[in-house]
Amino acid sequence: MKIAVLIKEVPDTWGERRLDLETGLTDRAASAPVLDEIDERAVEAALSYADAHPGTEVAVVAMAPASATATIRKALAMGATSALHVVDESLRGADLLLTAEVLAAAVRRVGADLVIAGNLSTDGGAGVIPAMVAESLGMPQLTGLSSLELTDDAVAGDRVSDAGTLRVSAPLPAVVSVTEALPEGRFTTFKGIMAAKKKPYETMDAAALGVVVEDPAVPRYIMLAVAERPPRQAGTRIVDEGDAGEKLAAFLVAEGVA
Amino acid sequence: MSAVIVLLEVLPGGALSATSSGLLTAAARVGEPVALVAAPAATRAAAAAAAAELGAVRVLTADVDVDRLTVPVVDALAAAVDRERPDLVLASHAVETRDALARLAARLRLPLATDVVGVARDELGVVAQHSALGGAFTVEGAPTFGTLLATLRPGVVEGDLSAQPLVEQPIEVVASGVPSARIESFSETTAPSSRPELRGAKAVVSGGRGVGSREDFALVEQLADVLGAAVGASRAAVDAGYVPASAQVGQTGVSVSPRLYIALGISGAIQHRAGMQTAGTIVAVDKNPEAPIFEIADFGIVGDLFTVVPQLISALEAHKK
Ligand SMILES: Cc1cc2nc3c(=O)[nH]c(=O)nc-3n(C[C@H](O)[C@H](O)[C@H](O)COP(=O)(O)OP(=O)(O)OC[C@H]3O[C@@H](n4cnc5c(N)ncnc54)[C@H](O)[C@@H]3O)c2cc1C
Ligand SMILES: Nc1ncnc2c1ncn2[C@@H]1O[C@H](COP(=O)(O)O)[C@@H](O)[C@H]1O
Repeated sequence: MKIAVLIKEVPDTWGERRLDLETGLTDRAASAPVLDEIDERAVEAALSYADAHPGTEVAVVAMAPASATATIRKALAMGATSALHVVDESLRGADLLLTAEVLAAAVRRVGADLVIAGNLSTDGGAGVIPAMVAESLGMPQLTGLSSLELTDDAVAGDRVSDAGTLRVSAPLPAVVSVTEALPEGRFTTFKGIMAAKKKPYETMDAAALGVVVEDPAVPRYIMLAVAERPPRQAGTRIVDEGDAGEKLAAFLVAEGVA
Repeated sequence: MSAVIVLLEVLPGGALSATSSGLLTAAARVGEPVALVAAPAATRAAAAAAAAELGAVRVLTADVDVDRLTVPVVDALAAAVDRERPDLVLASHAVETRDALARLAARLRLPLATDVVGVARDELGVVAQHSALGGAFTVEGAPTFGTLLATLRPGVVEGDLSAQPLVEQPIEVVASGVPSARIESFSETTAPSSRPELRGAKAVVSGGRGVGSREDFALVEQLADVLGAAVGASRAAVDAGYVPASAQVGQTGVSVSPRLYIALGISGAIQHRAGMQTAGTIVAVDKNPEAPIFEIADFGIVGDLFTVVPQLISALEAHKK
């Protein structure tokens, strides 16, 4: 079995995250880039299957600037077999459709039986790439899974929504996306980091994948304007002296919210 | 006026999703709101009537195989787009419908805008507004040409269209044959919740790790009920099993923008704030005076939630009488 895991480099949520007010793109200088936590869980899901099924290959696939190499190598250090890194200056600011077409072409290149992605990236938060990739690849999508059961030739899992729990299944090949209900990614070890240095790491541009970036026949979604909201200010803060509940009730009534 | 196709979600029980009226209202700001109801025969007529009731000028209806995930709805959408040539196709950002627009975008190679908080029309065409990085930035975008597909954040637009006479137009859908996942079963959440839904709620009371146990979370719910508020939680409270994951507020949970947000025993980690800092009034109760939640609270109480909240509840109940 060959599993492709889609991994994204994002600004660390613990740092200050900013958009460039001119381009509307993530300001990569504002905070440290990291492997998205949800994608660590996606890698973990693939690795735990590989642990139990020797011979399983786990290829990580990322579309990211050249500077993302260390982030991608982290997935190799966790235990993935190989990496395909799509690097192309002309993909800066790629919209969702272009991103999905690039990732689908990369997965095709890798040749996977199963694609695992995160359900929602922490910077874009679009939560649509996995389904778009599935459509481009002509595969079923099982998105937002909070449990994952994988066999040689099929995948199944549960999706929990406000309305209830949906149980879905599909024969392979298929695309799945997982939620943070799945286990956290494993820690990297010194041995893993050393081994990662010797693992296959391929870098490609869009043209090598057969993707036309500037196709005048295909519409794009573009940014028109970006604005920053003023940060919130702290208001009143009191220390409870036995009557804070009453004071709060009075505040809520005065604000017209109770 | 050109058409805006609104994909309405028909719930397994046959009712339209609560997001439907907001979607139709948002659509009407751009063009003629035309609903698409893709549902099996048993529920289709009632759902179509409900769509007209909520303001759909026309209702396109199509049969779908309910045992297959997403793809049958995408096939219906593709047929509807082909027929109407709309400027905009709108659906809720809920996972089921955003998957459908995602696949449609990839299939028809159309631009997609996600989690938008508003749509409008200017001289050049349709524009969409986003609230990015936890509400710290607002972004506006547009398609270079052609039909835009957009998913609307639930609860940001309130429904206010008047009812329309039902004009139902069944459409012919040719199955694409694209492989799809099978829906094995669906078990409805049994909790008979009379509380407002978290998404779009006017008031939210959330509990965090500080609430300490599933049993004690009842105190959070009790305050919510006194205020007619929805119940939310931090990720730590979800991880500890006090509440289901659907209650999680924050970067990887629900983004809320209520008039009132009350955080109980929530430290206010940056990822939690990302999902609630655009609320009108923020109230926090936390034992720790250093908790970052106080940096954004309009009214902060350094204290034990187990003494403050019961007193607050009785004071509010006394006020009501
Ligand atoms: C990629 C990523 C995504 C994340 N997404 C989210 C998200 O969507 N939503 C989210 O919430 N978190 C998210 N987190 C987690 C986040 O970083 C915090 O861990 C989490 O929000 C902490 O929850 P908490 O405030 O309930 O717990 P804690 O930080 O442990 O805070 C508990 C608070 O309760 C107080 N307390 C204890 N007892 C009492 C008492 N009796 N009375 C009053 N106060 C009391 C304590 O003083 C403390 O301040 C994410 C993290 C990452 C890395
Ligand atoms: N540039 C990218 N490179 C690799 N994977 C990506 C990229 N963008 C999105 N993904 C995958 O798609 C998931 C959902 O992302 P999104 O649709 O952006 O919320 C992520 O968790 C990743 O698994």
